[in-house]
Amino acid sequence: MFAAENGLKGDPRLQGISEAIRVVPHFPKPGIMFQDITTLLLDHKAFKDTVDIFVDRYRDMDISVVAGVEARGFMFGPAIALAIGAKFVPLRKPRKLPGEVISEAYELEYGTDCLEVHVGAVEPGERAIVIDDLVATGGTLSAAIRLLERSEAEVVECACVIGLREVKGQCRLNGKPLYILVEPRQIENCC
Amino acid sequence: MSAYRDEDPRIHDIKTRIRIMFQDITTLLLNPKAFKDTIDLFVERYKGKNISVVAGIEARGFIFGPPIALAIGAKFVPLRKPRKLPGEVISEKYILEYGRDCLEMHVGAVKSGERALVVDDLIATGGTLCAAMNLLERAGAEVVECACVIELPDLKGRERLNGKPFQATMP
Repeated sequence: MFAAENGLKGDPRLQGISEAIRVVPHFPKPGIMFQDITTLLLDHKAFKDTVDIFVDRYRDMDISVVAGVEARGFMFGPAIALAIGAKFVPLRKPRKLPGEVISEAYELEYGTDCLEVHVGAVEPGERAIVIDDLVATGGTLSAAIRLLERSEAEVVECACVIGLREVKGQCRLNGKPLYILVEPRQIENCC
Repeated sequence: MSAYRDEDPRIHDIKTRIRIMFQDITTLLLNPKAFKDTIDLFVERYKGKNISVVAGIEARGFIFGPPIALAIGAKFVPLRKPRKLPGEVISEKYILEYGRDCLEMHVGAVKSGERALVVDDLIATGGTLCAAMNLLERAGAEVVECACVIELPDLKGRERLNGKPFQATMP
C-alpha cells in the first residue's frame, strides 16, 4: 500500500521525498528509467523525513529486527533500526558475510541471483521488517522474506521508498504487507 | 587519535561484540545499544564542526555513514564500486593486495569547499580510504577526517592517509 493512501494523504513530506529522487534514463540498459535515490540522500530534510515516516510507522509495532537488502537497503535500514531500538541485519550478495549463512536464490530477468543472511542473526519468533530502496517485480524482497521465515522470524511488513508499476494495486508480497512511500518519477515531471 | 585511548566506558561493550578473527561488525549491529553507542561516539565528535558531507564506502560504510549524517545535519554521499552509480561519475583506482579496484562518486554530489568526513567500518592498508579521500578532494571538498570503527594497526593504514586525521573507535 502507498503511504498517501494509508494515513499520510496530503503529507507535504511525501512530495519533498518524491521531488528529491532523480530519474536517470536508460540505466542500466535502454528503456529503464532508473530511480536514483542518491539525490534524496543529499537532501538532509527529505532523507530525514523518509526515515521519520518509517520510524513513526514501526516504533510501536514491537519490531526487533530491521533487515536491509544490500546495498541501498543499508542506507535506510540502520537509521530506522537505531530509532526503534531494533537490531539491523544485513541481507547480502553471496560470499560477503564471513560467518555461517543461509542462502536463498531468486530469479532475475536473465538468470538467478542469491541473497544470504548469517545463521543466528535472527532468532525464532522475532518480528521483522525488510527494507529496500525500491520494489519492482518483488523478486529480491520475496527472497528476503523467505530468508527471514527460514530463520523462523515473523515478517511483519516490507518497506520501500519507491514502488514500481508492477506492484501498484498489490498491497501484499508473498502474503506480506508492502508499505511504499512514493511512486516512480516520470522524466517529464523531473527537473 | 582514537576513542579507545581515552577509555570511554562505552568502548568495552562495543569491542566485545566484534568477532575479532573476522573483524565482523555484523554482530555489533545485532546489539541496539552498542550500535547506537558507536554512532553516538562519532556524532559527539563531529557535531557542530560545520561538516556538510559524510561519504560512506560501499558497502559497510553505508551502514554507519547515514545515521551519522542524519544526526549531524550533513548529506550522505555513497562511494561505490564501478558501474553501480547511475549518473555521471568520477573514478579513482587503487591497489589491492592482488590486483586493482576502483571507487566512484557522482559528479555534483559534493561542492567545492564543503567539509567532509569519510566513513568505513575498518581501515586495513588504507588503500580504499585513500581513494575515497582523493575523490572528495578532486571534487574540491576538504576532508576533515576519516572515521572507522576498527583499525588494524599492524597494517599501518594511517600512514597512507597523507597526514589526514584519522579516528578509530577501537584497535
